[in-house]
Amino acid sequence: MSISLEEILSISHLARLHIDEEQAGQYAADLSKILAWVQQMNQVDTRGVVPMAHPLDVVQRLREDEVTETDQREKFQTVAPRTDRGLYLVPKVIE
Amino acid sequence: MTAWEAVIGLEIHVQLDTRSKIFSAASTAFGAEPNTQACAVDLGLPGVLPVLNLEAVRMAIMFGLAIDATIAQRSVFARKNYFYPDLPKGYQISQYELPIVERGRLEITLENEVQKVIGITRAHLEEDAGKSLHEEFEDFTAVDLNRAGTPLIEVVSEPDMRSAKEAILYMKKIHSIVRYLGISDGNMQEGSFRCDANVSMRPAGEDAYGTRTEIKNLNSFRFVERAIDFEIERQIGVLEDGGEVVQETRLYDAGTGETRSMRSKEEANDYRYFPDPDLLPVVIAQDMVDAIRAQLPELPWEKASRLSTEYGLKGHDAETLAMSRELAEYFERTAKHTDADAKLAVNWITGELSAALNQDHLEITESPVSSTMLAGLLNRIEDGTISGKIAKDVFRSMWTGEGDADSIIESRGLRQITDDSELETLVDQVLQDNPKQVEQFRSGKDKVFGFFVGQVMKQSGGKANPKQVNDLLRKKLG
Amino acid sequence: MQDLSVSQLAAGLDRGEFSSEELTRHFLHRMQAHRELNAFITEMEEPAILQARRADQRIKEKKHGPLTGIPLAHKDIFCMDGTKTSCGSRMLDNFVAPYDATVVRKLEQAGCVVLGKTNMDEFAMGSSNENSYFGPVKNPWNPGHVPGGSSGGSAAAVAARLVPLATGTDTGGSIRQPAAFCGITGLKPTYGRVSRYGMIAYASSLDQAGPLAKSAHDCAYLLQAMAGFDARDSTCMDEPVPAYTQVLDEPLQGRVIGIPDEYFGTGLRPEVKDIMARAIAWAEGQGCIVQPIRLPNTELAIPAYYVIATAECSSNLSRFDGIRFGHRCQAPKDLHDLYRRSRSEGFGTEVKRRIMIGTYALSTGYYDAYYLKAQQIRRLISTDFSKAFETVDFILGPTAPEPAFKIGEKTDDPVTMYLSDIYTISVNLAGLPAVSVPCGMHEGLPVGMQLIGNYLTEGRLLNFAHQYQLATDWHRQCPPGCMQGSHGE
Repeated sequence: MSISLEEILSISHLARLHIDEEQAGQYAADLSKILAWVQQMNQVDTRGVVPMAHPLDVVQRLREDEVTETDQREKFQTVAPRTDRGLYLVPKVIE
Repeated sequence: MTAWEAVIGLEIHVQLDTRSKIFSAASTAFGAEPNTQACAVDLGLPGVLPVLNLEAVRMAIMFGLAIDATIAQRSVFARKNYFYPDLPKGYQISQYELPIVERGRLEITLENEVQKVIGITRAHLEEDAGKSLHEEFEDFTAVDLNRAGTPLIEVVSEPDMRSAKEAILYMKKIHSIVRYLGISDGNMQEGSFRCDANVSMRPAGEDAYGTRTEIKNLNSFRFVERAIDFEIERQIGVLEDGGEVVQETRLYDAGTGETRSMRSKEEANDYRYFPDPDLLPVVIAQDMVDAIRAQLPELPWEKASRLSTEYGLKGHDAETLAMSRELAEYFERTAKHTDADAKLAVNWITGELSAALNQDHLEITESPVSSTMLAGLLNRIEDGTISGKIAKDVFRSMWTGEGDADSIIESRGLRQITDDSELETLVDQVLQDNPKQVEQFRSGKDKVFGFFVGQVMKQSGGKANPKQVNDLLRKKLG
Repeated sequence: MQDLSVSQLAAGLDRGEFSSEELTRHFLHRMQAHRELNAFITEMEEPAILQARRADQRIKEKKHGPLTGIPLAHKDIFCMDGTKTSCGSRMLDNFVAPYDATVVRKLEQAGCVVLGKTNMDEFAMGSSNENSYFGPVKNPWNPGHVPGGSSGGSAAAVAARLVPLATGTDTGGSIRQPAAFCGITGLKPTYGRVSRYGMIAYASSLDQAGPLAKSAHDCAYLLQAMAGFDARDSTCMDEPVPAYTQVLDEPLQGRVIGIPDEYFGTGLRPEVKDIMARAIAWAEGQGCIVQPIRLPNTELAIPAYYVIATAECSSNLSRFDGIRFGHRCQAPKDLHDLYRRSRSEGFGTEVKRRIMIGTYALSTGYYDAYYLKAQQIRRLISTDFSKAFETVDFILGPTAPEPAFKIGEKTDDPVTMYLSDIYTISVNLAGLPAVSVPCGMHEGLPVGMQLIGNYLTEGRLLNFAHQYQLATDWHRQCPPGCMQGSHGE
């Protein structure tokens, strides 16, 4: 299992992580090693095994349609890096 | 020259009219101050968890039943991962495998009265994103997360439509269904009902699909029609120039009526869907489905067919009325209070009344002329108290709040003149005043007859009974 | 005073032998005197004193419960309204949580006095507490060794008697392994027993909060207050919480204990194996029936775990984007730059590595080979356990293959580090409860045994552990450097 530098860069793009070329080499080596080790999963035949997404075999509970939350904008925005007039600001996005 | 055939599929996003959000207990009300209805869950604060709103599930099931679809016994929520400032968690909770509604169908009636079935692949529940405001600040995009977490169903059609017109018919039908069911206000200006259109072209007669483009976020029927028409022409142009259509997302510009490539979203996206571990499988019991089915209101086509048999309406009239539940209900209330022909009621509702509503930007439910008032007016037409023309004046007076038909007719003396001797005097006067025209008529110029009718009506202030006037004139001019 | 059990402390408070304020000050002094351990990220002296005074008032008015006035520390993964909640990360170094986690709220209602927030591996990713932005925690038994992770700060604080009780979270062993490394008792409850609301998620389908304390008896008190239904967590069970302290004295006679071959294989240090043999012999002496069992897919649990946990974390950590909270880079030149730099600066190496692995495992073309395969193996592992529990009441083995390793010993090789969780990880995949109990020492470092039970058998696990602790004194041993001030100030 070997992961190329291009793959590292494309994954880092999906994950929005900045990885420079030097780090990319290290990541490629680390990830290749980890994924090679992970591949021991292939030793076992899992044909027909139902994937288990969740440890408990229970079903989703449903909430009554009631509004109980109140406005806490001021409190929530005290931890925000940048706001103005109640809005969160990010560098301009051009569509 | 190749004959081209358009292949169109729609993805319609319908905001569900729940009080609270799909995964949190914050309000979904439209128009609040920015971020005042974004609670900890909607903001995706570290540590928060989603809990599913029962009403959103019920509404999705209602929709599924209305389109004759399969309701999943077991349905799963998945995360759709991508970064965008108005997507707080960096993923949207949606459905991928096992959507709540699958394999539905809808019939539309084409202009030539042909019925066409449009397949509906699936309808899944998901949360809406917030809003990015690009115009408020010069150097920044501003984010309002009030809308984040509003429940949506995304209704995905099969690529069964072949023209913008068909797409609009389908979309209007979906719109009317969600309004009938009361699961969405369908307000397109506020974004409660919006649509992405997938368009591709192929040589007529071919089975394989061409490369498609997706036009995003169309929020009016007119835009959908124009965008699709533009896109069809654009793609034909590209293909006939020997080019290839590029698979991409395009944006419709209402100003120019054109679609353009959305370059910023062209970056290869890989949504990495996987089951959301914070939510468990939703299990829908058959009794829940049965209970919802039992409470389903009459649907547009059911109403149309009933209106047509019960009131003897033509198919087209019945469908026009049934397109809106409120309009149809207005009609039925009117019909109940009048002995006039149902067709007359339809003409008034789809004619004068609709025009007046449009002009004043009112909904039928806000009409200043109630169904009872309209019925009162129709009764006076029916019993000959006033003519159709006078009725229009009376209607306008009713519209401006002058009272009901009877009181307006009374106070303004609009009652139709039906007294033979009174009419005879009028007719005689007109004939006497226009000897030249009498001469012309007698020398065979039949057209002049209309002139006399007009003159008599004018002299009577429009109140003369037209039929009696006709009879009298024929007799006198004999 | 720091050696007393929760029930002794409660009795002392009840009888007025000392006040909660005195108790709190005593532990605050110890916390401050042992800063070299780096067990705390945030010390909360002032609010603790105020809480203690309120507790004293409640005690005076006889409106108190068994935990009223008892000092406690929270792992810094639990959101606490108005308090910095860092999750061991630079990303949240500036994050003052605007709401309370359910666990925090429940323990506040119980009257606990919160002394501080404990150090941890960044976003709970790690087995040694070396992945904290705030520096590694030292093992109180030997400062050259790790305390285990990720709840290393909580385990070290309890072991050093800086606090009688601490909360932790366990995704692949993060309560049990540090409990074993520090010589204390730690319980990972059944998945869904304790609310996850307000607990910053690492891997949502594996994470579970639980108690760390000196003894099983103390853990029973803490679990009692933490557990229970929460409408804000869809994965939280709506099952009554039994009175854990009421079942601790039941006899163990006739209980069937399974010993899995796979937990005594080549990776296990012989000395640890010997210690286990003595614990097993003790159980037989109590009338337990000991029998070998097989958990054939144990080895596959680690790779399956790393795929599932990293996949979930890659998505869970997407919300840290520098927009609504958390670290934001200086002068971003555009949105993309804002995302990439804020996240790269805010997250440490191991977190980034796991986000990368998880993103890869979920991406188009790899989903089936990694994520889906791992979920199928998860099913096999869960089935192994359910088969075993058809014949046994408990599964017993070591918590970790060796005692606490040296700081820096495994940091260069992630896979070796991952392998140290071999006995704990399957339990999270299956969602089962398990407790780690100190059962011996090797070269001055504690060794823990792990007892795994079937779903919702926390009471029985604590019962076994308590009986063992009545017969042994491993849990009473205090690290030599932490014994001063044994009788209060």
